[in-house]
Order: sequence, then C-alpha cells, then structure tokens
Amino acid sequence: MIEFIAGLLILSGASLALLAAVGLLRLPDVFTRMQASTKAPTLGLGCLLTALLLLDPTAEALIRAVTIEAFVMLTTPVAAHVIARAAARTGAPLWVGTLVDERPVEAGHIDPHPGVDSAAATRGPKPARPVE
Amino acid sequence: MLDLMMQAALGMLALSGIIALARVVRGPTIPDRVVALDLLGVLAVCIAVLSAVRTGSRYFLDVAIVIALISFVGTIAYARYVEAVGQA
Repeated sequence: MIEFIAGLLILSGASLALLAAVGLLRLPDVFTRMQASTKAPTLGLGCLLTALLLLDPTAEALIRAVTIEAFVMLTTPVAAHVIARAAARTGAPLWVGTLVDERPVEAGHIDPHPGVDSAAATRGPKPARPVE
Repeated sequence: MLDLMMQAALGMLALSGIIALARVVRGPTIPDRVVALDLLGVLAVCIAVLSAVRTGSRYFLDVAIVIALISFVGTIAYARYVEAVGQA
C-alpha cells in the first residue's frame, strides 16, 4: 500500500515536471514561461521527496530531503526574480495580449496603452537639488 | 508495479529535459534560454532524487544538493551577465 502511494507520488511529481516543460515550450513570452517553469517543478520535487521518505523513513534521508526542498523553495523565486529583472531591463518583448505594464514608458518597451501617461504615476518624486 | 511507475516517471523527466533543450535552442531572447537552463537544473535534481529512490543509495541525495547549489549560482551569474551586456 505504501509502495502504491509512493508510486503515485512519483508519477505526479514527474507529471508536474513535464507540465512545466510543456508550459515553457508553449507560452508566448519570457515572463509567462518563467511563471510555468519555476512553480510546478518545485511542487514536483516535493512529491518526489515525499515518496522517497515514504520508502526510506530514516533520519538521514529526512535531513537531506528537507535540505533539498528548502533550498529549492528558497532559491527558485530569487533566481526567477533576477532573470525577470534582467529581461525587463534589456527590453524583452511582451506578449501582444498583455493588458497591464506599470513600467515607465521611457524604459524602451512596448506601451500597451499609448496615450495614457503611466510613467507619471510610477516615476516618483524628483531628486532633490544638491546643496551648494 | 513500483519499478514500472519509476521507469515511466524517468521517461517523463527525460521528455521534459528534451522539451527544455528545445526551448534553449529556439528561445528568441537570452532570458528565455536562461529560464530553460534553470528548469534543466531542477530537472537534474528531480532525476537525482528518483535515482536515489530506485537504487536505495543516499549518495544521490548529496548529488541533488550539489546540483541545486550550482544551478542557482549559474542562473544568477547568467542573469547578471545578461543585465551587464544589455541585449535581449
């Protein structure tokens, strides 16, 4: 029975990884692809590690499994944030169906709503003049 | 039964790796390729964990930890490089 549950967890973990890969292939721009490829594999890895712990319930396996999952859960969002910032600053193209983009217009990207001065709302206060 | 399930899961993970490699080859911008390489790192961790389940050896879990560490550092380095070069 335990083995059957572990097998189901392994299959669902691998299915989540496959889902992430399909999303990476099919989604239209880099930000949506990132959305698919960072969240699903983290859960899939959690399923695989749970199956491992069901089949091998020892302290050594538990310590390593918790370390792996905690590390992946901590670092994947950080890596995704850094890649997204690099993509946004280098002007990666957005999907044509994008509705909201709150970045300032002068950053050199596609403005989804031309005519609306979204830059004025996000530009912030002017820097103070230097003291003479 | 369990071994069949694990073989099917390994096949699915290999297929995911092939699809991610296709995105690495096709990806119109450099950040696309970096995202695909990041996914390949996580897939390598998954395969290492599955190998630990199949063989019953815990050394594969240490391998998974090391792969996760190196993949994170590599992704950060690639992102910094993309930002410094300034081309999408």
